[in-house]
Amino acid sequence: MTFNLFRSCREVTALVLAREDRHLALRERAVIRLHFLVCKACPVFEEQVLTMRQALDGWRHYREAEPGED
Amino acid sequence: MPPPSTSSVDAEQQAQWLSRIEAMQPTLMRLAQLQLRNRAWAEDAVSEAVLAAIEALPRFAGRAQLQTWVVGILKHKVLDQLRRRQREVVLDESAGDDDETAAMFRDDGEFAHAPQAWTAPAEALRQKQFFEVLEACMELLPGRLGRVFLMREWLELSTEEICQELALSSTNVWQTLARARLRLRECLQLRWFGEQKP
Repeated sequence: MTFNLFRSCREVTALVLAREDRHLALRERAVIRLHFLVCKACPVFEEQVLTMRQALDGWRHYREAEPGED
Repeated sequence: MPPPSTSSVDAEQQAQWLSRIEAMQPTLMRLAQLQLRNRAWAEDAVSEAVLAAIEALPRFAGRAQLQTWVVGILKHKVLDQLRRRQREVVLDESAGDDDETAAMFRDDGEFAHAPQAWTAPAEALRQKQFFEVLEACMELLPGRLGRVFLMREWLELSTEEICQELALSSTNVWQTLARARLRLRECLQLRWFGEQKP
């Protein structure tokens, strides 16, 4: 059975989210790259997920650092 | 160079650390409650962490940031609480069966409304007010969704470790985390990026 590389935004955003918590298989990464060539909405979603990643890392530091250290 | 001996920490220095530990208790309580979603469990975890920190204070010797060190102790005590209450944590189904993606996509799987780029995200990450909004959004994550998400993002456990701690399948944990991230995104959109901030 062949693996379908052409997926919908719903499936691609699920992969973008999954990437935060597990390693994606090569073909899953290929699905994202291929989809991003033809979609303008999903890269915006990815940017938001990356912002949340930085925000969560920043929040952890903000909460664990000495008051006034920042 | 050998580590400083306990006798090198004078009484005045220890008294100063004790007073700082006392002052950080509201922050410790907030973090514990954010993870445990239960005030009584959080109070237990904070009490245990503060006692452990006070006992270990002579060995602390100022080799790290005091608050970072105490929060590290708290994380262990919070994880102990989660282990003790594992059954209640897993049975908490208050996350409901909502499908967070239902309103996001059409039946054909394409976006119902294309997401709008967030303005000035780098600027937001420099503002204390933004982190308070982010924390409020995490607080809004219901029951198990919130606990699993904070285990990942605050306790910094791997998904495999979360599976072990809560006896859940990896698929279940991945789905829970994805749902939490979608809710967090929506909350930030509504409470921060959808509004004009100074």
